[in-house]
Order: sequence, then structure tokens, then C-alpha cells
Amino acid sequence: MRTLSYAEAISEGTVQAMDRDPAVFIAGIAVDYPSGIFGTTTEPFRKFGKARVFDTPAMENALTGIAIGAAAVGKRPVIVHPRNDFMFLAFDQLINLAAKWKYMYGGRAGTVPIVVRAVVGRGWGQGATHSQSLQAPLAHFPGLTVLMPTSPHDAKGLMMAALQHDGPVVILEHRSLFGLRGEVPEAPFTVTIGKADVVRAGTDLTVVSTSFMTVEALRAAEELAKDGVSLEVIDLRSIRPLDEITILDSIKKTGRLIVTDTSWEMCGVVSEVAALAAEKAFHSLKAPVRRIALPNCPAPVSQALEEVFYPKASTIAKAALVMLGRTSSSLGEIDRVDDFKGPY
Amino acid sequence: MTGTGQRLQMGLSHIDTHWVAPYHLRKQSRLRAFQPCGPVQLCFPLGDFLNHNNPSARTPDSNFLAPPSADKLIEMHRALLRVRMTEETLARRYPEQEMRTPTHFGSGQEGVSVGVCSALGEGDMVYTHHRSHNAYVARGGSVYELAAELYGRADGCSLGRGGSVHLTARDKGFMVSSAILAETVATAVGTALAFAMDGASKVAVCFFGEGTLDEGAFYEAINFAAVRKLPVVFACENNLYATESPLSVRQAEGSDLCERVRAFKITSERLDGNDVAAVYDAALCAVEQARSGGGPVFLECMTYRWREHVGPLLDHDAGRTYRSKAEFDAWLARDPVVRSAARLVEQGLATAAEVEAWAADTKAEIEATVERARQAAWPQAETLFNNA
Repeated sequence: MRTLSYAEAISEGTVQAMDRDPAVFIAGIAVDYPSGIFGTTTEPFRKFGKARVFDTPAMENALTGIAIGAAAVGKRPVIVHPRNDFMFLAFDQLINLAAKWKYMYGGRAGTVPIVVRAVVGRGWGQGATHSQSLQAPLAHFPGLTVLMPTSPHDAKGLMMAALQHDGPVVILEHRSLFGLRGEVPEAPFTVTIGKADVVRAGTDLTVVSTSFMTVEALRAAEELAKDGVSLEVIDLRSIRPLDEITILDSIKKTGRLIVTDTSWEMCGVVSEVAALAAEKAFHSLKAPVRRIALPNCPAPVSQALEEVFYPKASTIAKAALVMLGRTSSSLGEIDRVDDFKGPY
Repeated sequence: MTGTGQRLQMGLSHIDTHWVAPYHLRKQSRLRAFQPCGPVQLCFPLGDFLNHNNPSARTPDSNFLAPPSADKLIEMHRALLRVRMTEETLARRYPEQEMRTPTHFGSGQEGVSVGVCSALGEGDMVYTHHRSHNAYVARGGSVYELAAELYGRADGCSLGRGGSVHLTARDKGFMVSSAILAETVATAVGTALAFAMDGASKVAVCFFGEGTLDEGAFYEAINFAAVRKLPVVFACENNLYATESPLSVRQAEGSDLCERVRAFKITSERLDGNDVAAVYDAALCAVEQARSGGGPVFLECMTYRWREHVGPLLDHDAGRTYRSKAEFDAWLARDPVVRSAARLVEQGLATAAEVEAWAADTKAEIEATVERARQAAWPQAETLFNNA
């Protein structure tokens, strides 16, 4: 099978959906620029033009409301936020109206099938307001679907699934994944929303991870395998709805759980999964759950501080070894070097 | 209880023996007859207020660009009665403590929603905010479903999930009302965008109070509509107060909302919101401009809320003094239903007896409908997660 980059996969999924469904359109700042949101909207714009792929003023709140109003009469809008952090301005429309629309109007005002894509920034001094990852506050609210594809395959499959879904969907795309390559089917296809993916089978310890942290977890798993440690890595891909069954089955098998995510611990995804384990897999646990998340401060800018801010493959690997009671290992330098050249 | 209170409580304020008086005064100059006074900025006749910086002011009937036909005037009067009686009945029964949802009554403001909705076609789509009942009923929403929604019954328009602020009558061309200011201004623009993308000859309308112009998202939405010349009409019910705050708290002295919106390159017009024919006239022109690709229109309709911001009482009965009794009485005398009746009689389109009979019939019908809604079944507990 041919490989695509994560960005190319999003682009292909979008184009195929737009081909099949004339109701789909894309709106947002910079979506029609040659750069096309890290290359994800360049091809859609080239193919469908400004009638269906158009630039907008900086108006995150009303833009979301506009998407809702268009969706309510049959459109399938895609809004793109170049950074998660801009989405706070849109929370009223997204959470008070879109997420609650179907329920609070008793299903009698139809549905609002909007897709909101937002990029998670990281590195090159993005800083506190250009690097947040908002899956936790978003997933808190009934009525919203929150997805975080990690692989190019899932990036295309979940995009296409979102564009057929009968309600609002937020897709968070980590900037560090855009260059990642992987096998992607050429034909249109969907990935089932609400299903996690066991990306590496194992027996000793379960790592549940999201987005870019799945890449780090797999790197850790590969290194630890050389030491005879077998990690099972589960990529959540769907935060809400959460695939409880896959997580619980894995814990029952391994008895140990590390959860790692691209955001903070407090009220975060790592805490949600830890609570799930405590509540529904208590008797399978051989050790306390370990959460690996961002430290309790906003993201710093200085390179020296970024270096210690972000948990990495080595963080996960060391935590796994500790949980397994291993006091020595041949673990060397396993962390990747960030090759991003900036500025955005 | 004051005479005013008595008239409102009976719900027949327009058919007591004093209704002739406003009509005669109107003959002199319907805009100069009543002077609002009190602790508000408006201490000059309504006519001046309307004409101030308002190049397209059209006040006497002869100045209308799209004067309503006889049939339309009668149709609008029947609609006014329907809206009026719905609010009167609901407000009268609200203190029974069985409608358990915050309700923002539209009594006194009927001219705006009836005038605008009467200018719309079947495919057009209406949105509004929390003071939702007038537009819902004017657009043809079921009064039974509205009342049932307030009573929290399964027959409610939103199945008892939404309450007074979250109404829907989508098949009648009333998409939704919502409870956060400026939310549906944006959704109306979005629906207009979809209409334009499809080349459908349809218009979206959003009703909101002047308090919505305090919100930043309002300007985001209207700006986009102007940039893209979208088929949307912004119908502002300026009732001079946002909850209990007067204009002076929220707008710099000398502020002119039409001027403000005109700065976004949007056609704007201020009018007497309590003259249903004037509202209809302006709305028809606005809708035609929007529909034909001429871009959005902002209509600032001056009106007045009779009851408290939320709840059924009159402010002075509830001991509040932020609005003077004199101001209230002056606006009460501009009752849109009374003025509509006066016009019908003046133009020989109906007799006083006919008008009275319509009102009595409508009142009886609405009262029976509301009682029927009160008897409807509760939603079942097992349905809690429906549509979640």
C-alpha cells in the first residue's frame, strides 16, 4: 500500500468527502493560502475553489455560529483553527449551542453536523497560547465528539467519518504529526468513531496514549522490547466517546497502566482513564495507575525550558521500568530530536 | 391595582372603552402625541427620536414604500391578537408555579415580530433570542406546543428539554431561539450563507434586543454578512433597557445604533416598532433587498417591554423604579394592538364590534389551548437520554 503523510491523508480524505458530498465546505483563516494549513487545504482549494474553500475574518465565535446556522439547513461546514488556543473564543457557540442543539431542542430542530479542526502547536517556542491541546475541556460536554487521530490512516478515516457524522465533531491534529508517513488506503473509507486502536500488542504493561504521545509511547515500547519488556500501546483516537472496553480488556490482561496525553493532569484525559481503571478494573490492577502529562505550568518558550517541559519516550520508558520493578536496563538515548525549523 | 394593571390582567387592554382615545390622538400626529419622560435619555417626542439621523424615516401611512393591503392589515391584526393573548394568558397563569422555566415575556413588543414575520415567505428562516414567544407565535409556531414546553410536558415544542428560551418550530420557518446574546445573530448569518451558496431565493431573519449590540460576537456576525452580502435581515427590538440597565450604562451619549451598523456598510433604518404597518413596510423592503442580493439590512424597531425583564409582573407592581410609571404609561398608550385596531376601523376594514369579537375569540381559544397543554403528559424518565 502506498504511504502518505498525515497532512496528505487529511487532504485526501477531505477532497474525497467534498467530491462525494456537495454540502461540505471549508472556512477559516488561511485555508485558501498556498500553505493551506500545513498542506491540508491546498488541494481542496485547488479543486473546489473559493466557492467551497474560503478565507474569513478573525471571528472565531461568530464563525462557529455561522457554521451551525449553515449546518442546520443542510450544509457540512469544516472550520479550521490553526491553533487550539484560538478555539476558546468559539466555546460559547461550540458548547452552548452546537453540542446541546440536538438535545435541548428535543431533536426537533435537526442536527448541526459541523467539523472543527484545530492544530496543537508544539516546540520552537510556541509558548503558552500557541500550544494548548483542548481535548479535556471539550470532551467534558455531552453532545460533542472529540477525536485525536495519530496515524495518517486514522487522519483520513476519522476525517471522512466526521464528515458523515450526525453531530458536531472536533478533530485535534498535533503539529508534530503532519510529516509522519504511513499506509493509507486510496479509496474512501471511514474509521469508526469511538474505537481505540491497539497499535502494539503486549503483555507486561498497558500504555494508553493520545495523539503525539502515542508516537512517544511506541518509541519507548520498541526500546524496552530489547530489554524483554512487552508494552501494549493503545492509541485512544476517540476521546469522546471513550472506548472503555478496549482499555479495560487490556488492563485485565496486563494489570498495569500508564496513561499519557498531550495536556495536563488536572481534570484531564489521563485522569479520566485512571478513574476508569480504578472504578472498573480495580481487581485487575497489580500496581497504582501512573499518569504522565504536562507539568503544572503553562508552556514556556525558552528552548532550555521546553526541553524539560514535554514528557518524552524516555519518560514513559523509565516509568514503565519503575512500575515493573526493574532497577537496571540497557535504556540509552531514545528520545527523538525535534527537527522543526520554525516559525509556525 | 392600577387601572393599567387591571387592563393588562384582563388581557383585553385594547378593547376597554378607552381605546378610541389613542386613535383620535393619532389623527393629530401619531408620533408626537405621547412623550416619554423619566430617568431615561429619551425626553423628546418619539418622532424626533425616529427622525434623528435617520434619512429614510417613513412615518405617516402615505410615506410607506410597500403599504400593506387590506387583507394584510387584517391578517396582521389577527396575528397581533394571537401574540398578545398568548403572552397575556401565559403571564396570568405563570404565578401558579406550574410553568417552571425562566420566561421573558414579549408583551408590548408584538408589532415588531408580527410586522417582520408578515413580510416573510415560506422558505425563509427566523431566529431569535430569549424573549422568544412573540416571534415564535408570529411565525406560526404552535401555541399548544409553546405552552406545553413551559409546563415541561412531553408535547412541548422541544419535548420539555428546552424551556421558554429554547423553542423550535422548524417546519414553520422558525429554526430556534437561544439564550445567549448574539448566538443566533451568527446562526442566522450562517443560514443566509447556506441560502446564498445554494442560490436559493430565501432570507434569514434574526430578532434580538438592543442589548445584543453590547456583545462582540454581534459585530463579528454582521461584518461577515456585509462582506459577503448575505440575505439576512437583522431585526432589533430596541426597548431601551437591557434587564434593568438603561441605554446610558451601555452606550456612549449620543450613540446611534443605525449609525453604528451603517459603519459596517449595512443598510440601516430606525422605525416605530409599535406600528405594525410601518414595520411591515420596512421589513418587506428589507427582505426584498436581501433576497435580491442587495446585502443585509438592519431594522432598529423602537418599542417597549411592558413586563419585568424575566417573569410576568409589571415592574412597578414588583416595586422596581428603574423605569418610571410615566414612561411606562406613555408607551402603554402606544399599544401596537390598539393602534392596529384603530387603523382598521379608520380605514373601514373592520368595525369595532368585529375587532372586539376577534379579540374575544382569540383569547378564548388561547386560554383553552393553554389549559389543554397543562393537562398533557410528563416526559418519561426513561427518555432522559433521548437525543443526548
